[in-house]
Amino acid sequence: MKILFVGGGMGGTIVANNVARRLAREVREGKVEITMLSATDQHWYQPGLLYVAFGKMGMNDIVREQASLLEPGIQFFVDPVEEFELAQNKVRTKGGVVHDYDMLVIATGCEAVYDEVPGLAEASETPYTREGATRMFKRLRDFEGGKVAVVVGVPHKCPIAPIEITFMLHEFFEKRGIRDKVELKYTYPIARIHNIENIATWAVPEFERMEVDYETFFNMKEVDVENRIVHSEEGTEKEFDLLVAVPPHRGMKVIEDNNLGDGGWIPTDRYSLQMEGHDNVYVLGDTSNLPISKTGSTAHFQSEVIGENIASIFRTGFATREYDGKVYCFIEADQDRATNACFNYIDPPEIRAPTKSMHMLKMSYNQWYWSSARGLL
Amino acid sequence: MSETKVVDARNTFCPGPLMELISFMKRADVGDQMELLSTDDGSANDVPQWIAKVGHEMISNEKIDDVWHIVVKKVK
Repeated sequence: MKILFVGGGMGGTIVANNVARRLAREVREGKVEITMLSATDQHWYQPGLLYVAFGKMGMNDIVREQASLLEPGIQFFVDPVEEFELAQNKVRTKGGVVHDYDMLVIATGCEAVYDEVPGLAEASETPYTREGATRMFKRLRDFEGGKVAVVVGVPHKCPIAPIEITFMLHEFFEKRGIRDKVELKYTYPIARIHNIENIATWAVPEFERMEVDYETFFNMKEVDVENRIVHSEEGTEKEFDLLVAVPPHRGMKVIEDNNLGDGGWIPTDRYSLQMEGHDNVYVLGDTSNLPISKTGSTAHFQSEVIGENIASIFRTGFATREYDGKVYCFIEADQDRATNACFNYIDPPEIRAPTKSMHMLKMSYNQWYWSSARGLL
Repeated sequence: MSETKVVDARNTFCPGPLMELISFMKRADVGDQMELLSTDDGSANDVPQWIAKVGHEMISNEKIDDVWHIVVKKVK
């Protein structure tokens, strides 16, 4: 059996390692061949970019060589896919190599896109890209006061980030001794300050304590770069001296170019994680069209399901698990405290008061992540 | 001819039905209709409110067997 993994980010790496460990004997015996194709030889811990943007981690802390994270038996090539030929069970890479497969896992992720909001790229800072995180830290470090506006595009990965960014901005300026010179304004696309009701309920008094102004029903339309005004689809506007953006996202261009999914979002069964219409293709992480959080934890829990099922299908002919929608998110608050949100398709999260121990757990996980990527945690 | 596209956001908490609808509307063509399926009772108020704010068209909004079927049209 040939198992092909397309995408070497968080989800792709965890699931490939999961399968390689489960089928290690079969790989050694030549009964299973595992291949991973990626666009890069580096593996980035994306949640770390938030900490880079606030000067709490360095770029070197959040990157490893991809090959160093992979189980023996995984054939790894830095040669991204350009063409998917699902009807023939094969892909063609940028290097012109054709890989055929018996089972395919697509974990190509998604990316921030600025073209949907004119002026956003020129006017904003963001912790969502490597260049953006580095630049944002410099802007924050040099900022002397004024209006700071947080704007949120739809859709985006890491749904808790808008809240965390705002908390961290408040704390950053407090520690710099200029919080009284900063007007912190938060905007959000729907009728409350976060899409999860329990989080919104918890965060409103926190915003009030931190003197954060907030406006709901604010979907970015365009940014007047010269006059530093961001306009909304709803007809309102926000002036700013510093604009911090959670940019809108799209699935990778290769997905849309190959007609695998509108907007780069692949139609996926929410329980089996199979691509609709293709029983031997699994979709993992951000690139699915599932109406669930685009987070690393989602990809992690999906990896466990797909990994078990691929191994089970090879050995018994049938799958044994379903994905229940599980997501787990740390939520950084301020004062070195954090809380968390754990939910699935049925049970909403219950938000507890932030604690220092939960913050320490998140700080620890920032290091444990590399064991998660190896499929060990 | 525009077709009605279904956005199935039943039993989801994050990003939630309205965020899913906003994502879909961004990619839709003018004239497209969308039917949002939601088990979140808040959607019955939030969606019409947002549609009115941005100037799209509400077609229908009804609850059938614990699921809200909210049909909207992109008009600009």
